[in-house]
Amino acid sequence: MEVMANPLRKYLRENSLPHFFCSGCGAAQVLNYFLQAAEELKLDFDKLVAIGGVGCTARIPVYLKAESLHGVHGRTLPWATGIKLHNPELQVVIFSGDGDAAAIGGNHLIQAARRNLDVTMIVVNNLNFAMTGGQVAPTTVRDVRTSTTPYGNQEPPFDLCKLAEAAGATYVARWNTSQPRQSIRAIKKAMEHKGFALVEIVAQCPTYFGRRAIGSGEPVDGVLWIKDRSVAQRDAVNLSAEELEGRFVVGTFVEKNLPVFEGSSVHAEKGGAQ
Amino acid sequence: MVDRDNNRRVLTGTHFMLGNYAVVEGALAAGCDFFAGYPITPANEISEGMAARLPTVGGKFLQGEDELCSIYAVTGASLAGAKAMTATASAGYNYMQEGLGYAIASEIPCVVVDVQRCRGENFASQADVMQMRWGPSGDHEMIVLAPSSVQELFDYTIRAFNLAETYRTPVIVMSETTIALMREKLVIPEPDQIEIRHRPRPTVPPDEFLPFQAEPNGVPPLPDFGEGYRILHSLNPHDERGSIHWDPDVFEALYDRITGKIQANYEDIVQTESTYLHDAEVGVIAYGSEVRPAQEAVEQARAGGIRAGLLKLATVWPVPEREIRALAEQCSIILAVEMNIGKYAGEIERVVAGRCPVVRVTKNRGLVHTPSEILKAMEDAWK
Repeated sequence: MEVMANPLRKYLRENSLPHFFCSGCGAAQVLNYFLQAAEELKLDFDKLVAIGGVGCTARIPVYLKAESLHGVHGRTLPWATGIKLHNPELQVVIFSGDGDAAAIGGNHLIQAARRNLDVTMIVVNNLNFAMTGGQVAPTTVRDVRTSTTPYGNQEPPFDLCKLAEAAGATYVARWNTSQPRQSIRAIKKAMEHKGFALVEIVAQCPTYFGRRAIGSGEPVDGVLWIKDRSVAQRDAVNLSAEELEGRFVVGTFVEKNLPVFEGSSVHAEKGGAQ
Repeated sequence: MVDRDNNRRVLTGTHFMLGNYAVVEGALAAGCDFFAGYPITPANEISEGMAARLPTVGGKFLQGEDELCSIYAVTGASLAGAKAMTATASAGYNYMQEGLGYAIASEIPCVVVDVQRCRGENFASQADVMQMRWGPSGDHEMIVLAPSSVQELFDYTIRAFNLAETYRTPVIVMSETTIALMREKLVIPEPDQIEIRHRPRPTVPPDEFLPFQAEPNGVPPLPDFGEGYRILHSLNPHDERGSIHWDPDVFEALYDRITGKIQANYEDIVQTESTYLHDAEVGVIAYGSEVRPAQEAVEQARAGGIRAGLLKLATVWPVPEREIRALAEQCSIILAVEMNIGKYAGEIERVVAGRCPVVRVTKNRGLVHTPSEILKAMEDAWK
């Protein structure tokens, strides 16, 4: 029997394979979603810069056959800022875990959104620090057990989409891994969007969050756990803050056009803003 | 103030200029087209000058949200093809170690100016000389240049860009409050009198290119993002293809090359200047702004009958070992002059290795040595 290669494999860096994702990893699903979006958009990978920090999700650019940057925790957006300012023709996509985006790189996220830097940031929110062994993250929901909250998480979780919206992002959406069509559509919209686009995808981590927080390492249990706690934006408006505790509101929150960042000092006669 | 509306990169002529502005003009003359910086005294005039000058010559300026943003924006812009620089002062330089480590490991050319200050105050200091060498984690060599005047701030900034581009590595301009905030004469030559170097470029198409395979000088060519080479840049150990690789042989070969490329090009990188060394019995070694009182002290010593001479370290890292060793062979005693508790003196003692005594002449109170202090140290040592 003839074995067919996956038609999306052409976008992968052969010498980086096999990938290192655990079975059932949500970040690997997001890689798949991105490749499908890239195929539908006919993205030019010669002009694509894919950036990852440190962590499981941050490994995605290692596997993409694009111009790739990898290996420093939380600094994806500063890299992207330098790249976009020097060569605006390049398309920049960031693959960020919730640690990169909400913890160590949090201020960079706020500032890049405020500036409306013309990049796409895909945040795979797996609700914990997975690569380092399942420690609590700023996105971890209350009361669950992680490696560093053995008696239950005491902190309220971060809502990254609200943060990005408040800071000035011009495209903001959240979906989860059980929503491939919505996720792919959001990635496509974000890649086509001119300005700072953030797509958060809530994702299962069977190995750590699954086993520790929800008591099952089965990927399907992780997907269902998130799905059961997800609520559509149109339904969420009728729920109180108490009712939304521990839930994931999904939908498109911001979609607007504003001037993009071209540098902190732009000379009027050189075509920039006053 | 800098000449805001001047859209020329090279302001040929004779100027009376602030040291920090001389850095700006040196960078522009070298071809700098990206700058990112976070406010910090006494480096602010570099950012302010860049904010005014860069947009008029087609460059991009970013005021980062912190020093981490600045150093990573610089490395990102560099990979996109820019000649890129940031400037900071001691406390801000701390934050940049993370980005410098990355730039070293992934071989990204960039220039960092550290205007040394002293524990939050704008005191004169050379207390960061060891951090400049050893700041980032992991094995590495550093190239650090130590200007001693406004003219050298201009000249060495150009040289820093040239070395960064040639060897694909960060180069540090070790400035000091003293010279950064001093105004004095600066002569800017005609553009065609300024040596400008560019990073090595691939000569083969992407499918034949190994991004971390070095040329004979130890440096691999570097294409810009967007040229179709689709390179993976990672902090993690990587082979010649750029693939992350956990083989100990690959790791060892990578770091042997990254550190080796600096030492292998010693003649091009290391510069010193000698004054009155032809017959010197007392050798004075100084760097940065300490060169100036040291030179005055040497001249006074010679007037008083002591055959003294000065070895000025224009490059402090890598250590000018050959020149220091030769001085130790020649002299009866060496004075190590610096503005800290005595740091670089340890390197001098290591290289001298007992060939002659080394006297530490240190001053750590926010003030440059006076010539008479250095002269007295010479006289005491020569008794």
